[in-house]
Amino acid sequence: MTFAIRNIFLFGLMALALVFTGMYQSWPLALTIVNMALISAIMALGVNMQWGYAGIFNVGIMGFTAFGGLAAVLIAMPPVPDAWAAGGLGAIMGLMLGAATIFAAIIVYRKMAPGKLRGLSIALVIIVGYWITSMIYGPATHAISRVNPAVDGYLGGLGLPVILSWPLGGLMAAGLAFVVGKVALGLRSDYLAIATLGISEIVIAVLKFEVWLTRGVNNVSGIPRPVTRPVELQTREWVQALAERTGLSVSEMARVVELVSYAALFTIVLAILIWLAEKALNSPWGRMMRAIRDNEVAARAMGKDVTRRHLMIFILGSATCGLAGAMMVTLDGQLTPGSYEPLRFTFLIWVMVIVGGSGNNWGAVLGAFVIWFLWVQAEPAGRWFMDTITSGLGPDSDLRNHLMTQAAHTRLIMMGAALLLMLRFAPRGLIPER
Amino acid sequence: MDILNAIVVLSNFVLIPALAYGSQIALGALGITLIYSILRFAHFAHGDIMAFGTAFVILGTWGLQAMGVSFGPLPTALLALPLGIAVIILYLLLADRMVYRFYRKVKAKPMIFVMASLGVMFVTNGLTRLIMGPGERRFDDGERFVFSVREFREWSGLAEGLALRSSQVITVVVALIAMALLFWFLNRTKSGKSMRAYSDNEDLALLSGINPERVVIITWAIAGTLMVLAGTLYGLDKSYRPFTYFQLLLPFFAAAIVGGLGSPLGAIVGGYVIAFAEMGITYAWRRFFNHLLPDDWAPTTMLQIIPVDYKFAVTFAILVLVLIFRPTGIFRGKTL
Repeated sequence: MTFAIRNIFLFGLMALALVFTGMYQSWPLALTIVNMALISAIMALGVNMQWGYAGIFNVGIMGFTAFGGLAAVLIAMPPVPDAWAAGGLGAIMGLMLGAATIFAAIIVYRKMAPGKLRGLSIALVIIVGYWITSMIYGPATHAISRVNPAVDGYLGGLGLPVILSWPLGGLMAAGLAFVVGKVALGLRSDYLAIATLGISEIVIAVLKFEVWLTRGVNNVSGIPRPVTRPVELQTREWVQALAERTGLSVSEMARVVELVSYAALFTIVLAILIWLAEKALNSPWGRMMRAIRDNEVAARAMGKDVTRRHLMIFILGSATCGLAGAMMVTLDGQLTPGSYEPLRFTFLIWVMVIVGGSGNNWGAVLGAFVIWFLWVQAEPAGRWFMDTITSGLGPDSDLRNHLMTQAAHTRLIMMGAALLLMLRFAPRGLIPER
Repeated sequence: MDILNAIVVLSNFVLIPALAYGSQIALGALGITLIYSILRFAHFAHGDIMAFGTAFVILGTWGLQAMGVSFGPLPTALLALPLGIAVIILYLLLADRMVYRFYRKVKAKPMIFVMASLGVMFVTNGLTRLIMGPGERRFDDGERFVFSVREFREWSGLAEGLALRSSQVITVVVALIAMALLFWFLNRTKSGKSMRAYSDNEDLALLSGINPERVVIITWAIAGTLMVLAGTLYGLDKSYRPFTYFQLLLPFFAAAIVGGLGSPLGAIVGGYVIAFAEMGITYAWRRFFNHLLPDDWAPTTMLQIIPVDYKFAVTFAILVLVLIFRPTGIFRGKTL
C-alpha cells in the first residue's frame, strides 16, 4: 500500500511543479511542457516495452519516431496533382521495383543450393533490378521535385484528417522494425544497438534527401491541425468569457484552450496505451517476456521461441515510438527532417526510462514528465547559473559572454549527471518494477 | 582509352581520400576494439570524447598561434596534440574512477556499462558544446597542398589533375606510426602482453598476477591517445563540428565489427574496408569510364550507385552483410 502512496506522491509533486510553472512563468509554457511530456511518455513506453519487458537495447528511437512522423504528411497534406502527373506513378513503381529486387534476391538465396552459381545469380538479380529501378525511379522523382519547387516539389499527401496518421505512423514504424528486427535480432545485444543506430541515421537521410516524398530540408509546414486554431478561438464568446473570469488576456486564453485540447487528445492515447501495456505485462504473455529477459537460456529450454518473441516486442515498442512521432509532427504542424538529433530523440528517451524505472510503465511515464520538465527548465536555469558564477568577471569579459551564449548546453551535462546518478544510486528508477 | 588518366581521376577522388578517411576510422575503431576487449562493453561515448579531446587540441592550437608559434609547413595542431591527449587521458581516468569502476566491482552486466557510457556521453557532449559551441571550427594552418591539381597537370602533362593535400599525407603517416607503435606495444612489452592476456582470459590473467586496474588504466590511456589522434586528423582533413564526431560512431563500430570485435588488426582492416566502400559506392564513376572506354561506349549517366547523402547506408549495408554471413567478423573476433 505504501508503494501506491509513494507513486501518487511522486506524480503529485510533478503536477505541483507544473502548476508552479503555470503560476510563476506562464500557463502556455506549462501546457507546452505537458504536451511534449505526454508524447515523450508514449515514446518512453515504447522503449520500456523493449528494454524493460524484454531487455532489447534499441538506440534507433529517433529513426522510428521520424519515420512515424512522415505519416502525418502522407495522410494530412493535400495531394499535389501536378506532381502526381509529373512522376507519381514512376516514383511508386520505382519503390515497388526496388522492393521486388530485394525479394527476388532473398528468394534466390533461399531456393538455390549454396555455391558459386548462387552468388552469381544473386549478383545478377541485384544488378539488373537496380538498373531497372533507377531507370524508372530517378527521372520520376526528379520530375516531381521540379514541380513548383518553392511551395510543392513533392507528391503531397492524401488530404485526410490528421488524426488518422497516428495509427499509420505506428504501422509504418512497425514495418521498419520488422525489417530491422529480422536482420539484427537474435544476434548479440550490442549488434542490435549498432544496427538500430545505423537505421535511424538512414531514416533521417531519407527524410532529408528524398525531396519528392518529404520536401527534404525545405520542410513541410502547415500540416492541417486536429484542433481549432487560437486565432479562431479568440472570436468565440466562451473563450472571451473564460478569459475574463481567469484574468488572462484573450489571446493567451485561446492559446491555453488550444493546448488543453491537444493535451486531452494525447492523454486519451496515452491512457489507452498504458491500459494495454499494463494488461499485457500482467498477462501470461508478460510473464513469459520477463522470463525471457531474466534468463534467456532457461526460457529457451522451456520451449519458448525467444527470437520470435523478441521480434514481436521490438515491433510493438517501435510502433509505439512511431505513433508518438506522428503525434509530435501533428503538434508541431510541420515536418522538419533537419531537426532530428539523436541526443534529443533517442538518448533523452533512454534517460527518461532509466530515471523513471525500467520495467514499470508508470515509471516510464513519470520519467518522461520529470526529464522533459528538467530539459525545458534547465535552459533558463543554466543561464542563471552561468550568470551567477561569471558575475565577477564584468560585462565585457569574453569568457563570460561566451559562457552565457553557450549556457543552454549545460542541460546536456545535467541530463548526463541525472542518468549517472540514478544508475548508480537508484538503478531501479523512481518507480521500481514490481 | 586512356588508362593513365583514369587512374589519376580515381586516385584523386576515391583512392587518396579513402586512404585518409580509412586511417581516421581505423584509429577510432582501434579504440573501440581495445575498450571492448579489456572492459567488455561497447563504448558509446567514443565520438563525443573524441570531439572533447579535439576541442583542447584546437584551443592549444589557437594559443600557440596567438603566441606566434608555428610548425613551418605542418599544421600547428600537431604541436598541440600532447595537450589534448593529456587532458583526455585524465578525463577518461576520472570517468573510470567515478563511473565505470563501481560497475566493474559489482560485476554489472555489459548493458549497464553501456548505459553508463551514455551518461558520460551526455556530460561530455555538454562540456564540448559549452567550450566550443555547436558550430563548425577551423584550425588547420601550414601548407595546404603537397602538390595541387595545377602543379600536377603542369608536371605530368595529363588532362586530369591530381591534388595531394598535406592533411591527407599527415593523416596516413601519423596513423601508420600510431598503429606500428600500438602493435609493438601489444606484442613486445610486458604491459602489452598483460593486456592481451587479460583480454583472452580474465581469470587466468588474474591468477598469473596481472593487476586488472593497471591493465584498465593502460587501456584508457591508449584509447584516449587514439581518440585524440583520430579526432584531430579528421578535423584537419575535413572540419571540426561536435555533431559530426558523434556520427562517426557508426563507421567506428561498423569497422570494429566488420574486422572482428576485439581484434586490433581487424579494426584497421575494417576501417579501410568501410572507407573504400563508402567512397567507391558514392562516387560518380562516369569520368573514370570516360577515359577507360572507347568514345562510342562512353556512359550516358553519372554511374553513381547511390548518392553521397546515403553514405551511412553503405556502412550499414556492410554491417548487415557481415552480421548475416560472418557474425564474428573478418578476423574472428569475440562472440558473447
